[in-house]
Amino acid sequence: METTRKLIRKQSLEKLYAHLSGSRKIYAPVTAANKQVDYKYNPPYAEVASDHIRSTLSVKNIVFPKVENLFLFTNNRTESTITDIELFKIPEVVLWGAHPCDTAAFDVLRSIFCWDTKDEFFSQRVEKLTVIGFACHKSDDYCFCTSTGLSPDSSKGSDILLSRLQNGDYVADIITEKGNAILDSCPGLFEAAPDEKPVITEVKVKFSHEQVTAKLANAFEHPFWIENSLRCIGCGACAYVCPTCACFDIQDETKGKNGKRYRSWDSCGFGLFTLHTSGHNPRQVQSQRWRQRIMHKFSYMPDRNESLGCVGCGRCSSGCPVDMNISEQLEALQNI
Amino acid sequence: MSDFEPKVVAFVCNWCTYAGADLTGTSRIKYASNVKIIRFPCTGRIDFMLLLKAFANGADGIIVSGCHPNDCHYTSGNFHAKRRWIMFKELMDFMGIDMNRITFSWVSAAEGARWADVVNSTVTRIRELGPYVSYKELVNKSVEEEVKND
Amino acid sequence: MTNLINRAKELLENGTVKVVIGYEAGPTGLARPAFITDPAKAGKLIYDDRCVQNLAVYLTKAEVKNLGKMAIVSTLPVMRSIMMLISEHQVMGDNIVVLGISTEKELLDIADIGVMKGYIEKCDLRNPEKDRETLAMLNALTPAERFAWWQKEMEKCIKCYACRQACPMCYCIRCTVEVNQPQWIPVQANPHGSTEWHILRAMHLAGRCISCGECGRACPVGIPCHLLTMQLADQVNNYFHVHAGTSDNMTSVLSTYEPNDKESFII
Repeated sequence: METTRKLIRKQSLEKLYAHLSGSRKIYAPVTAANKQVDYKYNPPYAEVASDHIRSTLSVKNIVFPKVENLFLFTNNRTESTITDIELFKIPEVVLWGAHPCDTAAFDVLRSIFCWDTKDEFFSQRVEKLTVIGFACHKSDDYCFCTSTGLSPDSSKGSDILLSRLQNGDYVADIITEKGNAILDSCPGLFEAAPDEKPVITEVKVKFSHEQVTAKLANAFEHPFWIENSLRCIGCGACAYVCPTCACFDIQDETKGKNGKRYRSWDSCGFGLFTLHTSGHNPRQVQSQRWRQRIMHKFSYMPDRNESLGCVGCGRCSSGCPVDMNISEQLEALQNI
Repeated sequence: MSDFEPKVVAFVCNWCTYAGADLTGTSRIKYASNVKIIRFPCTGRIDFMLLLKAFANGADGIIVSGCHPNDCHYTSGNFHAKRRWIMFKELMDFMGIDMNRITFSWVSAAEGARWADVVNSTVTRIRELGPYVSYKELVNKSVEEEVKND
Repeated sequence: MTNLINRAKELLENGTVKVVIGYEAGPTGLARPAFITDPAKAGKLIYDDRCVQNLAVYLTKAEVKNLGKMAIVSTLPVMRSIMMLISEHQVMGDNIVVLGISTEKELLDIADIGVMKGYIEKCDLRNPEKDRETLAMLNALTPAERFAWWQKEMEKCIKCYACRQACPMCYCIRCTVEVNQPQWIPVQANPHGSTEWHILRAMHLAGRCISCGECGRACPVGIPCHLLTMQLADQVNNYFHVHAGTSDNMTSVLSTYEPNDKESFII
């Protein structure tokens, strides 16, 4: 559908929030006491953060929760029964205030979760999701969305994209039918758009992702990996804060006769991630795991999923305890 | 609350407390039937994670008991256990987990009557404290309500 | 700083060590661990307030060990970690050169482990001051309040295990949390699984934690999990009168005992 541009005034924005929270759950960013920004369900509007650069965790939790039950089971001595999860119970949710990198990540996740068999849990959650994105008027050194083919005002993944004007009002780009439905449900809150340009931050292009992908094709054995990953301590922080990392672990947990099978986030940075039952580990040392992380996002995914596995949000770098800066490494990689 | 019957799990060593509990029985001393005894080779074998498992699986109270100091069948298992329980107790206290729900005791093979006392006093105390609701809630608490699907 | 650079250069040039583990400045201005193998690059080394990470964690990492004999830029927590690692037979004292840094950020002359021991003994071994304040605040609460306080923190946990990975003392090849027969800790990062994980981690560090606070600093979601191990470090000193990491021959607090260990709760 064609994008339409509207104006929504500062005061109307609060009304829109109230209007939406009347009918569904809202997932919105809140600044905690320690200055971190975390997404919460249904926070009061007064607490919703609008000036942050990035939240601690990405918003992937909303479509790919850190723990998700796949089915429940009962095991009697003679027979076992399996109870499916009632997917229709997944609630309608509005994601409020996500930045373009985070909203674009839903497409990347879709390319993983639905590249062959459609993951019903993920798909159902995406279907129940309406995204109100906020273009970025602030950025920092960790941001590199422009290097991954996005921009601070990209509407990819948003149903409505709001961009702030100088005076604090917003222009609203209605991108999809879901967005249009919101517009139709409260037309009074939207006005005709002015001819003014919104305030959008500038994010410097740090590398060409095409060039990185091309270089990676022949870089598997390059000494770069060891040299640049010596300080990696092998935690899963980068993968868990990443909006596009989709690896998960499947576990059964029982209590007496009853149990459940669930999936939870996993990370290729862990030593045990690839450990075989035989004791053999194809990725024995951290440099191989770090290589996998970069290769997967910038070589394997463009190859197989026709989508870059990175949106340039910079969380992995800002959250890393040892300052493994991914954009710096990619800059170096395009020139090896 | 009045019909609340505490579930108490007792982790005991084979050589002293288990034999002591046996003596309680053979001496025909009656004591609260709320206790479920789990026999270990030694108190030194009782991993602190087992206590957490007991709470996670619905115990309202726990008894940990073994040989008196210097009486360990393996010479020093109970001394090691003592250090472990000191640290464990301090950590649990610091995290706000209720230490009134755990009884640590030394009961020898000759102290049948004392075992009955330990169990009875523990059960009485747990009865007063009521079910361990906060730990049960913790165990049953899923991730955020909105994304949970069980 | 020039002293540090010169010393590092000298050690690399005369072949005493193959690698110097220190800090360098990254592009965003943060200090990060650096592994200098070329004497010409020793100039990259820095030491200032930004250098907070406990570098001792690298002493047991396979790929760093592969580089050869190491020199390591060591503040007090790093020195204490080294002492613990030697005591636990993870590191050979003779195999590392300690480039000690005093609290005034001056290069210390640490000729061997004996000298390091002497230096550590003269230092303030208590938990860092701001953590002491938080600990005192928490200890003044009622147990129910503390439970609520910790549960709020535990809800944030995503089980990325940055706390474990950043800790020099967590060098186990297979952590108990990854043992699944039996499954000691629920794998999921729900409040229960996270609480048990942090209890397990703290218990396994009792008497071994050297109060560097690295676990809490590494946590991407800001859980002050270092307070758990620091509280235990306090209690270890309180009950057993030991500070971890003060000699290269420490006995493990939880695998030794004194017959007259005092407690007041065993009936």
